Amino acid sequence: MNELRVENLRVAVADQEIVRGLTLTVPRGEVHALMGPNGSGKSTLAKVLAGHPDYRVIAGKIFMDGENLLELEADERARRGLFLAFQYPSEIPGVTIANFLRAALQARLPEGEELEATDYYARLYEKMELLGMDRSFTSRAVNEGFSGGEKKRAEILQMAMLEPKYAVLDETDSGLDIDALKTVAHGVNSLRGPNLGILLITHYQRLLNYIVPDHVHVMVGGRIVRSGRKELALELEERGYDWAREQAAEPVLTR
Amino acid sequence: MKTETTAINIDRGKGDFFYPEAHVRDAGAGLSERTIHYIADVKEDPDWVRDFRLRALKTFLEKPLPTHWASKELEAIDFDKIRYYLSPGTETKRSWEDVPDDIKRTFERLGIPEQERKFLAGVEAQFDSEAVYSNIKKAVGEQGVIFVGSREGLKNYPEIFRPWFSKVIPVGDNKFSALNSAVFSGGSFIYVPPGVKVKHPLQAYFRINAENFGQFERTLIIADEGSEVTYMEGCTAPKFNTPTLHSAVVELVALKGAKIQYITVQNWASNVFNLVTKRGLAEENAEVKWIDCNIGSRLTMKYPGVIMKGRKARGEVLSIALANDGQHQDTGAKMIHAADETTSNIVSKSISIGKGRATYRGLVHVPKHLKNCKNNTECDALLINATSRTDTYPAITVRGTGNAVQHEASVSQVSAEQIFYMQQRGLSEAQAMSLSVNGFVNDLVRQFPMEYSVELKRLIELEMEGSVG
Repeated sequence: MNELRVENLRVAVADQEIVRGLTLTVPRGEVHALMGPNGSGKSTLAKVLAGHPDYRVIAGKIFMDGENLLELEADERARRGLFLAFQYPSEIPGVTIANFLRAALQARLPEGEELEATDYYARLYEKMELLGMDRSFTSRAVNEGFSGGEKKRAEILQMAMLEPKYAVLDETDSGLDIDALKTVAHGVNSLRGPNLGILLITHYQRLLNYIVPDHVHVMVGGRIVRSGRKELALELEERGYDWAREQAAEPVLTR
Repeated sequence: MKTETTAINIDRGKGDFFYPEAHVRDAGAGLSERTIHYIADVKEDPDWVRDFRLRALKTFLEKPLPTHWASKELEAIDFDKIRYYLSPGTETKRSWEDVPDDIKRTFERLGIPEQERKFLAGVEAQFDSEAVYSNIKKAVGEQGVIFVGSREGLKNYPEIFRPWFSKVIPVGDNKFSALNSAVFSGGSFIYVPPGVKVKHPLQAYFRINAENFGQFERTLIIADEGSEVTYMEGCTAPKFNTPTLHSAVVELVALKGAKIQYITVQNWASNVFNLVTKRGLAEENAEVKWIDCNIGSRLTMKYPGVIMKGRKARGEVLSIALANDGQHQDTGAKMIHAADETTSNIVSKSISIGKGRATYRGLVHVPKHLKNCKNNTECDALLINATSRTDTYPAITVRGTGNAVQHEASVSQVSAEQIFYMQQRGLSEAQAMSLSVNGFVNDLVRQFPMEYSVELKRLIELEMEGSVG
């Protein structure tokens, strides 16, 4: 039951079907990589999991630890333990990272309970150290004027602070130089454990050298066409997505 | 590391309640010379005040409503249905214990006495037309600081009151300053002697409790040479079915080298017409600073101004207006440069929610013969929904050489992606919006006193909670 499960999901954006019958299970404690070419529907899946209002679910189900996610608003999903690291995180002018995270944590407390400020800052600084972030970062407005690397690190910092049960990392490696990639990967790896399931969405194999997945899925044309162990990523790197596309005609393999 | 202090314990979000009226003095509905005489009799006005009122009434009746440039909404005010004076008929009390029970209950619910103990140098509480309580800390009083209601001011300190009364804002400045001059009652009179720096703020709290009523307080603050004072005013009213009118006149006089900071936090119910005239006079090297936050009301028209009369005088207006569904905040600033090397600064932020409408009107005037004057104007508008509206009308007249003026304006909108991003972190839609709004005003609010900024943040949250379905 402790798994994020997608069953036969079909999703449309403005009358065009982007996700076309996708089935996927990410048990808590595992890291699953979802690879695929541009336009295969990876980011759409991420948005739908998080409950973005612009995407229309035509059919299928999504369960998180047995609970039907499609019946919940985006913020309810988040509070129940789903986290999405955005490919393009939004700027929130004038709202500092410290205040933003504080508000997000406060929103998880029962009514009338107040977040303890001293503990909060201690924990925040600890996580920032882990991610090699300067303390002055906390007083900068969320994503405003951030470099690509800073944005991605800020996403991982939020993930570390919010302690989700399941995290979807959408192209977290895009736009990162090798040093930034290593820092981000180090952050993600340090959060790995039996209480967290991760869906790692990426276009390139490169990230998987640093965050080694338990399973790899290949998504083409809105479906998963192939699943396997981490070696599948290497095979894919070698043979290219065309090879995967050819496989699409074949029955989908399970892990 | 920034930590938050606890908010002032006035819960203006909970201002929507009232107790049955127990007024002994009631001028009745409508406005005529009889009304003026009733008020002057009850208040035992000196003759010069009675005459002043009668002249002002004439001016008020002659002046048309400013609907040609302002809002047609003004026509919804029925001047014949308003009651212009209501009071419990008791003297202003110095001790909280002596305040009548029903009124005490109101202010206790709003947290007034608690607040006074905490951090204020003095408090005045006005209930409908009259101050029911006024007190100043002993140490502040011993420095010669005067803090009383306007009635006591004009009676007990005529030698200070009279020379400045109605000098900064003449009766005929506009229709509503004339109305206030005719029927004024309540408000504060403050005098700070030369060199005295009042450390803690003086606060007045204006409460409307009665329906079909107009509140017309009159405040005059005089800061003598080299003195400093901060004044905070708060206002609330319950929501009645008929419109309520609030039309104050506030005059500030900062003599040579003096500093006055005037802070307004108002959270009016959504059917209050709030038509207020506020202006300060700054002599040589003096500073007048208005911090003005407008939340609530049906229509607010308010443009705090500073006349910089002496060399190197400074004027500042920092304002925030939040126009919710069905509300119009028509606010701005007036900066009149009347001496060399004077500087003024205007920062205005407005937020429009739903069908709310925010209008900025600014007037900056630097005549030709002046040298080395500076003005900086920034006005930023935030639109929450596609139906929200904002307008900016800056009027900047700068003549002569060697004067500098700078004007920046921006309009931004809270995007759906931004809200989704915040919701993904666990914030509800209302929380996400209120955080966006707080972020928008953050750089301005940081310049406010801490107690005030915390309270403001909370008020914005309350306002946003009510506006998201």
